[in-house]
Amino acid sequence: MKTSFAIGLAHGLQTIASRPLFWPLLTLALLLAGNGLVNPGFLSLQWRDGHLYGNLVDIANRAAPLILVSLGMTLVIAVRGLDISVGAIAAIAATVAAWTLLRLQAGDGDARGLLPLFAALAAAIAAAAACGLWNGLLVTKVGMQPIIATLILMVAGRGIAQLIGDGQILTVYYAPYSYLGNGFLLGLPFALFVVVAVFALLHVLLGRTALGLFVRAMGHNPQAAHVAGVRTKGISLALYTSCGISAGLAGLLVSSNVASADANSVGYLMELDAILAVCLGGTALTGGRFSLAGSLVGALIIQTLTSTIYAVGVPPQVNLVAKALLVFAVMLLQSPEFRRSVRGLAMRAGAGGAR
Amino acid sequence: MSATHPVSVAGARPAHAWRLAERLPLLVTLALFVAMSAAGGVLYDGFLSPQVFLNLLIDNAFLCIVAVGLTFVILTGGIDLSVGAVIAFTSVLSAALVQRHGWHPLAAIPLVLALGTGFGALMGVLIRRYRLQPFVVTLAGMFLARGAATLISVDSINIEHPAYVAIAALRIPVGGGASLSFGALLALAVVAGGVALARLTRFGRTVYAIGGNEQSAWLMGLPVGSTLVGVYALSGFCSALAGVVYTFYMLSGYSQHAMGLELDAIAAVVIGGTLLSGGKGHVLGSLVGVLILGLIQTLIVFDGTLSSWWTRIAIGVLLLAFCLLQRLLVARHGGA
Repeated sequence: MKTSFAIGLAHGLQTIASRPLFWPLLTLALLLAGNGLVNPGFLSLQWRDGHLYGNLVDIANRAAPLILVSLGMTLVIAVRGLDISVGAIAAIAATVAAWTLLRLQAGDGDARGLLPLFAALAAAIAAAAACGLWNGLLVTKVGMQPIIATLILMVAGRGIAQLIGDGQILTVYYAPYSYLGNGFLLGLPFALFVVVAVFALLHVLLGRTALGLFVRAMGHNPQAAHVAGVRTKGISLALYTSCGISAGLAGLLVSSNVASADANSVGYLMELDAILAVCLGGTALTGGRFSLAGSLVGALIIQTLTSTIYAVGVPPQVNLVAKALLVFAVMLLQSPEFRRSVRGLAMRAGAGGAR
Repeated sequence: MSATHPVSVAGARPAHAWRLAERLPLLVTLALFVAMSAAGGVLYDGFLSPQVFLNLLIDNAFLCIVAVGLTFVILTGGIDLSVGAVIAFTSVLSAALVQRHGWHPLAAIPLVLALGTGFGALMGVLIRRYRLQPFVVTLAGMFLARGAATLISVDSINIEHPAYVAIAALRIPVGGGASLSFGALLALAVVAGGVALARLTRFGRTVYAIGGNEQSAWLMGLPVGSTLVGVYALSGFCSALAGVVYTFYMLSGYSQHAMGLELDAIAAVVIGGTLLSGGKGHVLGSLVGVLILGLIQTLIVFDGTLSSWWTRIAIGVLLLAFCLLQRLLVARHGGA
């Protein structure tokens, strides 16, 4: 019968809807579909000159830095932490890389293979890791509240980055470095491979080893996890360091993309977007429940929103309002309480006919 | 020594010891404020004049008002990131109404206050009714308020209304040749009101109870829902009021006013000894937190030799030194 089919369908939908990734993915799909309806060319992909082109590739490519930062942010939020210094860390990593490149290039003019690239990457990632470690030490050893511990680096970090660059925007012309943010591998932007590599690494570490279990235990109840023998401080330190490294990688991608490092603009307000991405992805800010894939989708949602707003061609003043309204809509869509009350309203409107 | 007791027997301590432990972060913050002032007095001539300290209050009156509202939000375990944007919106809207549409300030100010309160209440309803995360709701609220401010005017609007100019220039003497501005007095009044609200009313006790444990508060039959909405409405009201004070302070409305102020406000509240996890803290502490942030800035201004990036690094280092000292002192004496 029609009604029993409908009930069966509703049950099936409910099972799917209870999956944590369902709502973020649905949101993303709706956004993309909406774009596709307004602008039929939006979803098309083309193969040109050995590269894949299209809005979808573009969105993923532009979202790459935010995805990296969001993945790192997920790790610290999973253990009830927070890192609002990620934007500053990205700026530090970018300036350290640019500074190293400029130094090595000034040393002896001609190119010496890839040595400057590796030196710059190593220096930048070491700096970012040191920043993350510093945050972690303040949180675990000193016992500061995470937001305050990372606020210190957020305030001072851009100053440090400016100090490294002597207050200047560092411009780098070096092809191998530019490849990071602009190059193509197997027809896809190289940045996507960085994202995939980081995601796969974290997924294996947290999904396939006991580490994920420990992290969840620490998020649910740090004291209990500690009593149960989980080395909470060591793990927290490692998570903050990883968060720093992923922010550093994001800074590298951003600065490589524009061939310069601006201490004031690299990763500006990125911490808020990253936390938003983590929340949209279904991770609880209270810790214990986290989803790396969710944060990835969350970051894609944010980038798709931005691209949509630009594509629709609204004046820049409307941008923020449109973004805010869409975020409200996305959140309400993901709230079980909201769906329940909407369902209640719909049933009353349907004069109780369906059941 | 009380410090050697495990946390679990805290309740078994004598009542006065418990109260001391609870107040300790605030006392430590105050002590550090005094120490920093003394250091400033030793290092720089003219630092210890009364007007320097009154200026802390004058220059940070809006931050102080925002911090009072935010303290209540944080006490419930929530957060409000929209405060800076609401200040910008309030300043732009009142400037546009007064300057472009010829409204009287006495009509414009109540309107912006009501709008701010309503906006906060709306966010509170979303957070409470649909169980959305306060961080995300208020972040979207921040985008919305900032965007709405930009929609009203992209450019900065200067205010030339005589009433605004008169209030902005008003200086109330407090003796010894020192004086306070209208905004600073208002900030002090808001702090006093906040202390009373937190300590003496049913609303205040419910706020602390929710921060301690929302479930228990609910089971005790406390009005959790209305209190939560009320807390965000209060924060919205305080932000709008801060926006009014800010407008007096700057005599202009601009959508980029108070950029990043939410983090300063959160820092002030936390430096003042309020836990971000909720349940513990003092409104008075937030006042001291604001003054400490102001003092750090003043120390740097008095030094006067720092280039812009050194200023940032110096603020970071001072913030670090302050937090480390606070941790050290609280850990040694308070146990918790």
